[in-house]
Amino acid sequence: MIELVQVVKTFQAGLATPFTAVDGVSLSIPEAQITVLKGPSGSGKTTLLTLIGCMARPTSGRIHLHRLPGNVLPQLQAGDSVEITSLPERFLTAIRRRTFGFIFQQFNLIRGISVLENVMLPAYPTGEDHRSVEARAVQRLESLGLGRHLRASVERLSGGEAQRVAIARALINDPTVLIADEPTAHLDSRLSEDFMALMGQFKAAGKTLLITSHDPIVHGSPLADRVVELRDGQIVAEP
Amino acid sequence: MRAPTQRYRNILDFALSSLLRRKGRNLSLTGVYTLVVFVLASLIFFVQALKREARELLVQAPDMVVQRLVAGRHDPILAAQAEAIRSIRGVLEVRPRLWGYYYDPAFGGNLTVMANEHEPIAADAVWIGQGVARNMRVNEGDLISLRAYDGLPMLFLVQKILPTESELVSSDLVLMAPRDVRSLFHFPEGLATDLAITAGNPRELPTIAAKIVERFPDARPILKAELLRTYEAVFDWRGGLMVVVLGSALLSFVIFAWDKATGLSAEERREIGILKSIGWESSDVLLLKFWEGTVVSLTAFLSGILLAYVHVFFFSARLFEHALKGWSVLFPRYRLLPALDGYQLTVLFFLTVLPYTAATLVPIWRAATVDPDAAMRT
Ligand SMILES: Nc1ncnc2c1ncn2[C@@H]1O[C@H](COP(=O)(O)OP(=O)(O)O)[C@@H](O)[C@H]1O
Ligand SMILES: [Mg+2]
Repeated sequence: MIELVQVVKTFQAGLATPFTAVDGVSLSIPEAQITVLKGPSGSGKTTLLTLIGCMARPTSGRIHLHRLPGNVLPQLQAGDSVEITSLPERFLTAIRRRTFGFIFQQFNLIRGISVLENVMLPAYPTGEDHRSVEARAVQRLESLGLGRHLRASVERLSGGEAQRVAIARALINDPTVLIADEPTAHLDSRLSEDFMALMGQFKAAGKTLLITSHDPIVHGSPLADRVVELRDGQIVAEP
Repeated sequence: MRAPTQRYRNILDFALSSLLRRKGRNLSLTGVYTLVVFVLASLIFFVQALKREARELLVQAPDMVVQRLVAGRHDPILAAQAEAIRSIRGVLEVRPRLWGYYYDPAFGGNLTVMANEHEPIAADAVWIGQGVARNMRVNEGDLISLRAYDGLPMLFLVQKILPTESELVSSDLVLMAPRDVRSLFHFPEGLATDLAITAGNPRELPTIAAKIVERFPDARPILKAELLRTYEAVFDWRGGLMVVVLGSALLSFVIFAWDKATGLSAEERREIGILKSIGWESSDVLLLKFWEGTVVSLTAFLSGILLAYVHVFFFSARLFEHALKGWSVLFPRYRLLPALDGYQLTVLFFLTVLPYTAATLVPIWRAATVDPDAAMRT
């Protein structure tokens, strides 16, 4: 479970034009459920994801991660809780690697290398054996219907395929939480529904899902356990 | 399952595939880099090899040579002075030497004609160096013709071609009987070109030299140690001049490297951002770029050294012929003896790999320390 307490993020704090993108958000994100953050563009959804995902630090507030997976840091055990806002960068990266898988809005695949290598990349710095990473990547890609494209260069893929590569990459270190930022922005409605079905499978497998979207196919989906609406950096309505 | 070295190997693997991905850029960078190493290494090898040759040449030279000066110029010396010098305390041996230069139009340079001092040579016979044999296209048993002082040809039988340890030492040598030297050059009896002096204790040489000048004010003693210093100074000065010229070449290389290798392209910056966002630490990115830089540097360094080695020791530093023309007057045609030492390689390493690494480090450091969330918004 992830717990946010009075989280604030102010950009250019201390400068002439400070801008508060996330303004006092308190929220808990339950395990093995799909939580959707909805809201208009500029409401602070992406910023909130970067804070939860250990990519950026809040200006104030606390973020607790409960029931961590094992093998994160030598000083932590599986099931421990941490408060992440005060941790040094090295620890944040270690936690992020094992806990969060990111599916970026622009997919952020690296051009010029194969689909397989893109998927394997997040595992390189962990020092895991190359062959076991490769075996796992192949298996992930095959289960996502990309078995034929292992050696293809990513620029040749269609939008839907590129996103599935990004999903396989997000899963390579077997994180407990999957974070997707506007995942259906570049997909037609068929593919968007396929995407939600896939998220449903991950939920069934025990993953925690956090998705931002202003697409009704996502926030209106019966698979979404909880929809949180943001406006101007604040939570509007919590059912 | 998680060996600490595996992280290095994984990232090295990716560094190699990244280099291949930007083949054109990396090849041109490695090419220019190799060229710089090649030119610098050629110069250093060449100057070092010449110094070594000169030193070897001088090892075989006598401890001290005494010439006579007439009006400030080198003139034949009375062989009888040898007796007087031998009586100076500390002098072991005094040998009058008979030698001179013979300009050979076909050779396009001077031969050194010398009376053989060690073993007697038959009249009308010569022993010649490899260079002379090569240029005159003669073998043992052939006849050669030299023009005497009066323009008349003198015929000599090539009795022996001198074996060469270092070609530089004997390449241009023509040895013959003392009488033949005198008739070739019209050199009067009782005179010698100079006197070669051996001392019992080399440390007494300066004292002996002082005594000689005291007794024969027109004599000029030349110590081997002095010659050695002069040679080294000349080489170092020439070499130093070239280093200044090359310094500017190196500088432009550094600017090139700065621009090409490190003025990171937008694409590369984007990739670093992606790597950070998918869980690479700054140190992982730095390791990746370090591997890339090391592969480029080492490839260029090793191939530059190899090419320079071949250039200097197999092709006699042909590309420097014009820049270093003075040496071809000083020395006949030769092939330098191959040799490398660790000191030269270290100097080269510091002149090339270090500036490149320093130039690439800062921009990479900056890109590697971007916030991981930057990639969320591109
Ligand atoms: N690095 C930044 N510096 C200044 N303002 C930023 C920065 N990142 C985002 N913002 C601003 O914060 C607001 C929220 O952005 P974002 O979280 O991307 O919203 P959303 O994802 O809901 O569209 C936007 O107005 C955006 O311009
Ligand atoms: Mg957004």
